[in-house]
Amino acid sequence: MLETLLPILIFAALGLAVIGAWRRVRLWRQGRPSAVPLLKGLAALPRRYLVDLHHVVERDKVMSNTHVATAGGFVAAAVLMILVHGFGLAQGVLGWLLLAASATMFVGSLFVARRRRNPPARLSKGPWMRLPKSLMAFSLSVFAITLPAVGILPADFGHWLLALALAAVVVWGLGEMVFGMTWGGPMKHAFAGALHLAFHRRAERFGEGNRSTGLKALNLDDEAAPLGVEKPADFTWNQLLGFDACVQCGRCEAMCPAFAAGQPLNPKKLIQDMVVGLAGGSDANYAGSPYPGKPVGEHHGTPHGPIVAREGKALVDAETLWSCTTCRACVEECPMMIEHVDAIVDMRRHLTLERGQTPNKGAEVLDNLIATDNPGGFDPGSRLHWAADLNLPLMADVKQAEVLLWLGDGAFDMRNQRTLRALVKVLRAAEVEFAVLGTEERDSGDVARRLGDEATFQSLAKRNITTLAKYRFQRIVTCDPHSFHVLGNEYGELGGQYEVRHHSTFIAELYDAGRLAFAPWKGGSVTYHDPCYLGRYNGEYEAPRNVLKALGIEVKEMERSGFRSRCCGGGGGAPITDIPGERRIPDMRMNDVKESGAELVAVGCPQCTAMLEGVVDATAEVRDIAELVADALVARPAVEAVDASRRNAGKTAEEVI
Amino acid sequence: MRPEQQGIEVAVLVSVGRHPITGRARRADQDARGLELALGLERQLPGSRVGLLHAGPRSEENESALRGYLGMGLDTLTLLEQAEGSDAIPALAEHLAAAPPQLVITGARAERGEGSGLLPYALAERLGWPLVNGLAAVEKVENGVATLLQALPRGQRRRLKVRLPAIVSVDAAAPAARQSAFGPARRAELAATPVPAEPDRELAEWQLAPARKRPKRLKIVKAASARDRFKAAAAKAEGGSGQVLEGVSAEQGAEAILKLLNEEGVLR
Repeated sequence: MLETLLPILIFAALGLAVIGAWRRVRLWRQGRPSAVPLLKGLAALPRRYLVDLHHVVERDKVMSNTHVATAGGFVAAAVLMILVHGFGLAQGVLGWLLLAASATMFVGSLFVARRRRNPPARLSKGPWMRLPKSLMAFSLSVFAITLPAVGILPADFGHWLLALALAAVVVWGLGEMVFGMTWGGPMKHAFAGALHLAFHRRAERFGEGNRSTGLKALNLDDEAAPLGVEKPADFTWNQLLGFDACVQCGRCEAMCPAFAAGQPLNPKKLIQDMVVGLAGGSDANYAGSPYPGKPVGEHHGTPHGPIVAREGKALVDAETLWSCTTCRACVEECPMMIEHVDAIVDMRRHLTLERGQTPNKGAEVLDNLIATDNPGGFDPGSRLHWAADLNLPLMADVKQAEVLLWLGDGAFDMRNQRTLRALVKVLRAAEVEFAVLGTEERDSGDVARRLGDEATFQSLAKRNITTLAKYRFQRIVTCDPHSFHVLGNEYGELGGQYEVRHHSTFIAELYDAGRLAFAPWKGGSVTYHDPCYLGRYNGEYEAPRNVLKALGIEVKEMERSGFRSRCCGGGGGAPITDIPGERRIPDMRMNDVKESGAELVAVGCPQCTAMLEGVVDATAEVRDIAELVADALVARPAVEAVDASRRNAGKTAEEVI
Repeated sequence: MRPEQQGIEVAVLVSVGRHPITGRARRADQDARGLELALGLERQLPGSRVGLLHAGPRSEENESALRGYLGMGLDTLTLLEQAEGSDAIPALAEHLAAAPPQLVITGARAERGEGSGLLPYALAERLGWPLVNGLAAVEKVENGVATLLQALPRGQRRRLKVRLPAIVSVDAAAPAARQSAFGPARRAELAATPVPAEPDRELAEWQLAPARKRPKRLKIVKAASARDRFKAAAAKAEGGSGQVLEGVSAEQGAEAILKLLNEEGVLR
C-alpha cells in the first residue's frame, strides 16, 4: 500500500511547496527594486553557505555540529527520498544512502531536542518547540519506510494499521519539512535563507576577510521621491527576503547593548516585526523576548501601511528605532547575515527627512551641523583653538604632506583635546611630516547620517571631499574611528577615495619602523575596549593591542572583547536621542572593565572616552592609546646622542653670550 | 472642539534669518516660533488655514532658508518678489489688505537687515489693526474676538481680548519651533508674485556697520546673607531712580533727557 501512497504524498508535498514558494516570492517582490546578479548569486550560494555562514555558526561548536548533521542529513534524505520513493529507484546503493542520511538527521534532531529542553531566553518558543519532534518524525519515518525498500524487512511486513500509522508520520514530517518550508513554518528559514544568501544586498561582504559596513547612499536627486522607508514595501525586495530568513536564534538579542540596558529594542523582534509587516497581521504570534517594556500583541502592520504610526501604534514604535547605537553587534553575530543596522537607518531616514521627528536633542544637533558644520554649534573658526601653542602646519599653507591629520569634532571637546595633543606629540617624536586642515575641516557627517539626515551628511561629505581634493597627501590619520569609518568606507560612493588609518594603526606602523621608543610600563593592569567603529566596522583588532604590547603592557582581556566587544553606548547618535532604559550602556561596559580586574582601560575613540569617563564611581581610569604612548615616549637611542649634543651646544652658546 | 470656535485664516510673516555665529541664512528663530504658534492654532481650531508670506528678493540662499519654514509642514509659501533693498512694508500691507486674514503673526525682530522690530507696528498703522507684542499663546477665538496670552518679563502672563483682524508678534516666549523636515521642504511650492519695488530711501541713506554688544549695567548686590542674595536675584527690576514727567514743555523734557544721558555717561 505504502509503495503507491508514498509517491503521491511526496509529489503532493512538493507541488504545494512550489505554490507556497511562489506566494512567498510575491510577498518579497512588493519591495523596491534592487539590482543583484541572480545567476551569479545562485552560483555563489554554496560557498556563501558552507564557508561564510558556517564560519559564524561555528562560534557555537555544539550547535554547529547539530546543524551540520540535521540540515546535511535532511538535504541528502530529501533528495534521495524523491529518487527512492518518488521514482522507485530503491535498488543498489541509493536506498542504503537514504538510510544513512535519515539516521544522521535523526542523531542531529536528538541534539536539537536536547537544546529545546531548557532553551535559553534568547531562543523563540512557540512553533519552534515542535521542530525537534517534526525533525524526528521526518527522519524516523523515512528510515522506516526505506527498510523494506532495501530488503532488510519484507515488503509486506507488519499490519496495514502499522502502515497507516507510518503514513501519518510521513505526512507530518513532509508537512513540516517540505510544505512548511514555503508556507511559513520554522523551516522557512532554509528556503528564504538560501535565497537571501544568493541575492544578498551586500555581496561584497562574503569571502575571507571581506567586510562591507558603510551605509548605502540615498539618492537625493529625485525631488518627488519619498525618502527613507515608511512602509515595509519601501525596503528593497532583497531586504524583505533577508528579514524572512531570520531563524530566531536570538544571538543578536544576546549581544545587543540596548536590549541589555532595558531600552525598547530587540533586534530579533524588530526583524520579526518586519516579517509581520511584509505579510500583514499582528505580532501576537511572536514567541520570543519582547522589546523591554513593550508587551507583545499590541502592534500590527501591513506591507503598505506605515511602520511607525504618526499617532497611536503601528508596527514599531519610534523609540525602538532610536535606541540602536549602530554598534553592529547584531549583524556580526547573525548567522543569516541579516543587515539590521541598514534597516534601522533606512527607517530613521524617513522619520528625520520626511517627518522631522528626530527625538530629543536630535533636531538641535542637526540644525547645528547645518549652520556651523559641527554638532555642538561651536564657532567653526575656533576648531584649532586647542592647538594655539602647537604651531600645527596647515594644509592651506603647505599644500602637501605625507599625513593629513583629521581632527574630528573632538577638537571642540576639552577631554579629546588632551588626546589630540598627545597624538601631535607622538607624531612629532616620530618626525612624521603632517598637516591639518584646521578651520577648513568640517564634521565628517557621521552623526547626521546615523540620525537619518542623509541630506546633511551628503552636504558635509561633498564639501569635505572638495576641500580634500585641493591638497596632496598620502594618507589620512585620525584618532576618531567614526571619522575613520566615514572617510574610508562611506565617502567612496560620493567620489572621495582615501587611504585612512586609525591612530593606533599608524602608531603601530611607526613603532615597527623603529621611529618610536618607549619607556617600560610601570602602571597597573590594563584592559582594552574595542570601539565598534574600529573593530566590527573596520576589522582593526590587532594594531591597538600591538601598540599596548610595545608599551610593555599585557592586556587583561574583558570577557567581551574583539569582535564581540560591547558598545560604549555612544554610537549612532544614541546619546543625542537618549531613549530611556533601565540601565546605562556605559555603566555596563565599565562593569565589564571592573570584572577584568584592570585598573586602567585603554580606548581609541573620543566617543568611548566620553561615555566611559561619564561613569560614576568607576574602578578604572580611562586613557586613550595616544596618551599612553605620549607618556611613555623616550628619545630613540640613536637620536638621543644627537639631541644631547644639540642641548650641549645650546648651553655653550648661552654661556658665550 | 466647541461649536462656537470656528477656523480662522492666519498669515505668518516670515523672514530670512541669520545664524548668530556663522551668519548663514536660516529660518529665523522668532518667525519659526510664530509659525509653530499658528500650526498649534490650526490644531486647536479645526478648519483654520495657515498661510506663509515673505517679501524680498529670490535667491538660492534665501530660498533654502524659506524652505526651512515649509519643512514644518506647509505646502506653499507666497513670495512677494522684490529687488534687494526694497521696502517690504507697502508690499506686505497691500497684499494683506487685498485678502485680509483674521490674524497676522510675525516675529518681534528680524535677524538681518535693519532688525529694528518696527515692521509689525508699521503694518498695524497702515492697516489700522490692533497689535499685541510678546505673544505666548492664543487661548481661544470666539465670534471674531481672540483671547490672547501676552508674555511679560519674569514669566508673568497677561490675558488680553482683541477684536480680529489683528497683528501679533512673538518673541522667545512663544513655543519652540518644531524640526524642519528636508523632504516636505523641498517638495513644497514657492509661489512667487513680482510686486512693484519701492526702494527704501531711508535705508539707502544709512551707514551700516557691524553691531557691537550693548554695554550692560553692572548689578551690584550688597547682600549679607544667601537669602538677601536670592531676593536680589529674584526681585523685579524696580525703576526706583526714574521719574515721570507730566505736563512739561518739550524743552524741559529734552533737558531732562539730556541731563540723564550726561549722568549715565552716554554723552560726554
